[in-house]
Amino acid sequence: MSVNVFVWIEQRDGQPVSASWEALGVARTLAGEGRVTALIFGAGVDPIVPLAFSYGADAVIRADDPSLAHYRCEPYVALLAQQVQTHQPDVVLAGATVAGRELLASAAADLNAPLLHDVTELTLENGKLRAVRPVLGGKVLSVEAVTGDGPQFVTLRARAFPLPEAQPGRSGEVIAVPPALPPDAIATQIECVESSGGTVSLTDASIIVSGGRGVGGPEGFAPIRELAEVLGAAVGASRAAVDAGWIPYEHQVGQTGKVVSPDLYIAAGISGAIQHQAGMRTAKVIVAINKDPEAPIFKLARYGIVGDLFEILPALTEAFRQRLK
Amino acid sequence: MHVVVLTKMTPDTEATVTVNASGQVHWGDKLVINPWDEYAITEAVLIKGAHNVQVTVMTVGPEAQSEALKHGLAIGCDQAVRLWDSALEKHDSLAYATVVAAAIRKLGDVDLVLFGKEMADLATDQHIFQTARKLGWNMLGFVAKIEALDFAARTVRVRRLTDRGAEVVASRLPAVISVLKDINEPKYPTFIGIRKAAKAEVPVWGLADLGLSAAEVAPRAQVLGYRELPKREGSAEIIEGATAQEKAEKLVARLLEEKIL
Repeated sequence: MSVNVFVWIEQRDGQPVSASWEALGVARTLAGEGRVTALIFGAGVDPIVPLAFSYGADAVIRADDPSLAHYRCEPYVALLAQQVQTHQPDVVLAGATVAGRELLASAAADLNAPLLHDVTELTLENGKLRAVRPVLGGKVLSVEAVTGDGPQFVTLRARAFPLPEAQPGRSGEVIAVPPALPPDAIATQIECVESSGGTVSLTDASIIVSGGRGVGGPEGFAPIRELAEVLGAAVGASRAAVDAGWIPYEHQVGQTGKVVSPDLYIAAGISGAIQHQAGMRTAKVIVAINKDPEAPIFKLARYGIVGDLFEILPALTEAFRQRLK
Repeated sequence: MHVVVLTKMTPDTEATVTVNASGQVHWGDKLVINPWDEYAITEAVLIKGAHNVQVTVMTVGPEAQSEALKHGLAIGCDQAVRLWDSALEKHDSLAYATVVAAAIRKLGDVDLVLFGKEMADLATDQHIFQTARKLGWNMLGFVAKIEALDFAARTVRVRRLTDRGAEVVASRLPAVISVLKDINEPKYPTFIGIRKAAKAEVPVWGLADLGLSAAEVAPRAQVLGYRELPKREGSAEIIEGATAQEKAEKLVARLLEEKIL
């Protein structure tokens, strides 16, 4: 059985997002003898094209235009829906990022097509996709399947699928297409962006160091940031720390914050309320640092250190610095 | 001028979840208003206070969902509508969007639709984006602040939080907005509000009222069942040591040994 698969390659400020390469890996597996096409939209995106081939694309549809420089719903959805309608792929994949979820849901709505989202497992049975995804704060897995006809749109949770090994030197057909909407038909204009300043995004991070009520105040995040810097990690926080105003909301991990699945999650001064667990339960390895040996976080963690985070974190930073040199 | 805010009831986060042998899930009997919707409803009521608009709170679901509507009315929404039909029993996000878009068109004079960031139980926001597409309106998701809103000039400017950072975006009405929790401090129902809400009549609109056929809301994807999560083995291995330094070195050694780093 062979299926043709489209994969949307997300770029932010010209940098491709690794969840897109994970999606290409899944596409390659699903496609069998079928064709995997990477869709790259942006301005000045040529450097991304050879990367898409190396991660498994057979062909690239490239739209390079100033109106597509940054993701915006209207021009991106119009173009993706148009290309899907033209080429009729069996499956359309993307990472379940903020933009990926909006883009695929919107294009699926335009085409009245089936949609599965934020999945952590994906299989093909008799041409229809079946997926698994965590629901209810990650406490159970829901098994879902496509039952309708048309191209099947799926977003994949970041880091739930392996990054394929790059094969430099692979190449294929590049199809250049113009934008589907003229600039003056786009109502939404981005006026300014405060980029997160080169810090690692939580959802893409392979390591996260998080602080909770135990850090005691905004300055308590300093040892957390220092450890994160040595590890190339993102900084997370519990709701308690965010609600206290110690750190901005965009760092919040949990049910009303971000859901993350890093390889390593270091929770410092976080008791591990259900609310927080909902956001980090799927981390591969959890390390808990807490003064209270009875804290629920120790039930979830693989490793625990009982102690004062203001002593443990600097010691950890130093130990990693020595060993990772 | 009219603002619509969507809401629903969800199981309490603290509820114990069990899955039986045939893959059916039971997640406690206590329902709460979807936590994100408290912000959306509050924002709708704040907009009502600042502009001369009517606010309708709306849900898709059976009778049990009326609680969320009563909450909205008690906080200050003017009217409530429940959308339900037996044909929607197994609806997917697209059917939800189709029904809500039809109801908003039926109301006629709507300029703005508000949602909470996602449905907390199903961890889904797909219905929001699909509602915007079915209406053909501009979608502004993950909004942390509405910086300017002008119903007469039909313009809106918002601050959104995306994976790229915070964006200030200008767009045009009509629009669909999904809100994050830093947009406001949620309002809570007053005693008078609760009494008023208890007396309110909530109309139920079915497919026929919305001019839709069952075929138009047939699900294209379905939940087959639920599975327990693989259990994490027991409790943590506690790293012991005389000093912080010793504990730290032991932990780092373990993480490197197991190739976690």
